[in-house]
Amino acid sequence: MITGLGLVCPMGNDVETVWQGMLAGKNGFNKTTIFDASTFPSQFCAEVKDYDLSKYTKNPELHKHSNRGSGFVIGATVEACKQAKIDIETERPGDGIDRRRMGIYLGAGEGSVDNDAFFDAVVKAWDVNSNQMNWDKWAQVAFGKMTAMRELEQEPNMPAAHVAMLTGARGPTRSCLTACAASTQAAGEAMMMIRKGAADVMIAGGAHSMIHPLGITGFCRLTALSTRNDSIETASRPFTASRDGFVIGEGGAVLILESLEHAKKRGAKILAEVIGYGSSSDAFRVTDMHEDARGAIQSLEAALKDSGLSYSQVDYISTHGTSTSENDAIETKAIKAVFKDKAKSIPASSVKSMMGHLIGATGAAELITCVLAIRDNIVPPTMNLNDPDPALDLDYVPNKPRRCKVDIAVNESFGFGGQNDVVIIRRFEE
Amino acid sequence: MGSARVVITGIGAVSPLGNSSSELWQGLCAGRCGIGRIGAFEPSGFTCRVAGEVKDFKIRDYIPKTLRKNTKLMSRDIELSIAAAKEALADAGFVTKANETGQVNMDSERTAIILGAGLISCDLVELGPAIAASATDGKFDIRKWGKDGLELVTPLWLLKYLPNMLACHIGIIHDIQGPSNTITCAESSGLLAISEARDIIARGDSDAALTGAAEAKVNPIVMIRQMLLKRATSGYNDEPDKASRPFDAQAKGSVFGEGAGMVVLENLERAEARGAKVYAEIVGTGESNNINAEYERLEADGKGLQVAMEKALSDAGIGPEQLDLVIPHGTGIPRDDIAESKALEAVLGSGIKNIPVFPTKSMVSNTGAASGAIDVIAAVCAMRDGKIPAAKNCDSPAKGCNLNIVKEQIEKEIKYALCCSYTYGGQVAAIVLKKYEQ
Repeated sequence: MITGLGLVCPMGNDVETVWQGMLAGKNGFNKTTIFDASTFPSQFCAEVKDYDLSKYTKNPELHKHSNRGSGFVIGATVEACKQAKIDIETERPGDGIDRRRMGIYLGAGEGSVDNDAFFDAVVKAWDVNSNQMNWDKWAQVAFGKMTAMRELEQEPNMPAAHVAMLTGARGPTRSCLTACAASTQAAGEAMMMIRKGAADVMIAGGAHSMIHPLGITGFCRLTALSTRNDSIETASRPFTASRDGFVIGEGGAVLILESLEHAKKRGAKILAEVIGYGSSSDAFRVTDMHEDARGAIQSLEAALKDSGLSYSQVDYISTHGTSTSENDAIETKAIKAVFKDKAKSIPASSVKSMMGHLIGATGAAELITCVLAIRDNIVPPTMNLNDPDPALDLDYVPNKPRRCKVDIAVNESFGFGGQNDVVIIRRFEE
Repeated sequence: MGSARVVITGIGAVSPLGNSSSELWQGLCAGRCGIGRIGAFEPSGFTCRVAGEVKDFKIRDYIPKTLRKNTKLMSRDIELSIAAAKEALADAGFVTKANETGQVNMDSERTAIILGAGLISCDLVELGPAIAASATDGKFDIRKWGKDGLELVTPLWLLKYLPNMLACHIGIIHDIQGPSNTITCAESSGLLAISEARDIIARGDSDAALTGAAEAKVNPIVMIRQMLLKRATSGYNDEPDKASRPFDAQAKGSVFGEGAGMVVLENLERAEARGAKVYAEIVGTGESNNINAEYERLEADGKGLQVAMEKALSDAGIGPEQLDLVIPHGTGIPRDDIAESKALEAVLGSGIKNIPVFPTKSMVSNTGAASGAIDVIAAVCAMRDGKIPAAKNCDSPAKGCNLNIVKEQIEKEIKYALCCSYTYGGQVAAIVLKKYEQ
């Protein structure tokens, strides 16, 4: 069962603001301000705005070194715990939850390098004539400039460390990093932890920011990012003929998962039920998705099988829909293969057209939108879909949200490197 | 929810003690030390100049000819994982797509790949020319980087450093199409990955899994991080053999290294049906958190670690007195060793006096994410041979460390063994193994 939601992302710093923004077709895109990207091939992104960690925690000192992803997931955890009536930042929680049976599963990314120290040490220590590093010099500069905490907070397990500090969770805690699929995977495995009986409550979600010079460099070199620098607001255009890459975002997203019995005992309000999870590996190429969508299909089928549903019962598909040439085409192929005669009639939209691609945090953020789609019986749109790719002919819910019955939603995430993860949720009925 | 029994049917390791699991085990039994002066870069300007490095390793020896071009996309972490994976799969008797001869006998869709990986740091030498080309008046100029430096970075650069690329490459080489995950919980990653692989087989989502972890920590950025955190040893630069001293009064910190440990897990019924040799059964896992405002240290009483070990024993349905061997995390960081010792005291009760404790890092070094997986392999070998090697460099116990550390080699039947890992950042994991009996 899902009993709490929390979200900090480029469209807002709480769930309702983000959701209302999506239903209004807004977006979170901006010229990059975190660093000077004015000469980069891609000069814009989707940044979290006006985020103040001290508004969320009583003990900002404990989290003052947190990287951007950790900071965002702290805010998301606070919001989700409040909704789920979980007491945080207290020695004596009165919420009836055994901390040994409250775990954490995040799909979390690494933090940025300490840019100034990182680049300066190499500039000073690199011998241009011999094309070699003078390691003595490098160590001298690095020891002078780098700090222990700034270095520690680059580790991808640190977001989970901050969530544990905040909540006192002593249950099973894992953090995974399967690129863009990470936090869908985290939600799926967290659900499995509850099914297995190893936890009553799991704090599941994602945390990531790759909006830093090396991250953007990496994606620019892969030509994965949109370079539509003069039309930022329409740059994320999944399933169009003119799509040219994704818009990179950042954020933290949290879902509180809980066993039905435990949620009832505590009187927690149930928002939706997680009923299926599937994971697979492409095992194809380092750089490309399998051309026949083999891995994507396998993860979808595994999730459907786990849920006990037929493909025809699905009301909404939250696509991975990155706005890259490859993903959108192959994902469409996968949906056609799995949903057969229903493929063209099930609404399948991409909120990345508004929110951007939160990388490790994206799957959990999108899963939250699935919960809201069920709650409100409304499907968020794929914005900027004005020139459909003729080869992509599903119902992508172009440009306007749509009111329709949504009882069952499928969330798809496919990561660089061929990790595919799918989570299915359903309206909760007694 | 199924609850199939899960066993280990294959092992593979690459470590400072050698490039196979048998060399790892022989090295441990002989009391060899894989630690030496750092060779990967000139360490004279660093406070810690010793590490455990893998020697005489060529990735070409482990890759099918048709995939050799992919070696350009491999960081050291990826390379080490590929070698250990190859050994583990072969040891399990699996013929995969990578084999040039023989009929493939591994079911690709029913095999999972669940690995642990570290934060892979970039190769500064590789980035050197691009960063140097982006300097204005001796300072890094981000605008110049965006214009000129960036273009000098090889197009697929990012893909060498994504932690899920270990599983990606191994998946491609051996055609593993089942559930795939990469756990990134630093030094607890190996045990957590093995725990998750066990869950996946137990619940019936796969019949087999390649699991374990790899990390290459002998990189200037990774090493300086551990030095700044005051986790890396501050002494013994001229006596590398003596540098790593878990639970010892003369310990001055951890010695980092590189390595990979991989195991093949299988549904017991499947393994028996195909006549596989079975090393051990995973009968218990437990996971928890350390919660400490000093994120890089264990809590003083090791409470999180205690919770994880208690859960693992409870999952295994045994009492602590039934343990024949404990392989602790034992980093050689004095405060952490004391905290771990306290946690073990709380869990083992009166058994603390006689249950043999065998730390491996004095010989293998602290291989980060890989360390838990390497310890599981050591435990499996100990069970197989009925033998616990003598510990090294644990000469006089540190005050507060009241463990029964193995002083001389013990020969006896080992029925149950416990491995545990903790990490900066707090995640902890424990696994109970049981000797396989038909």
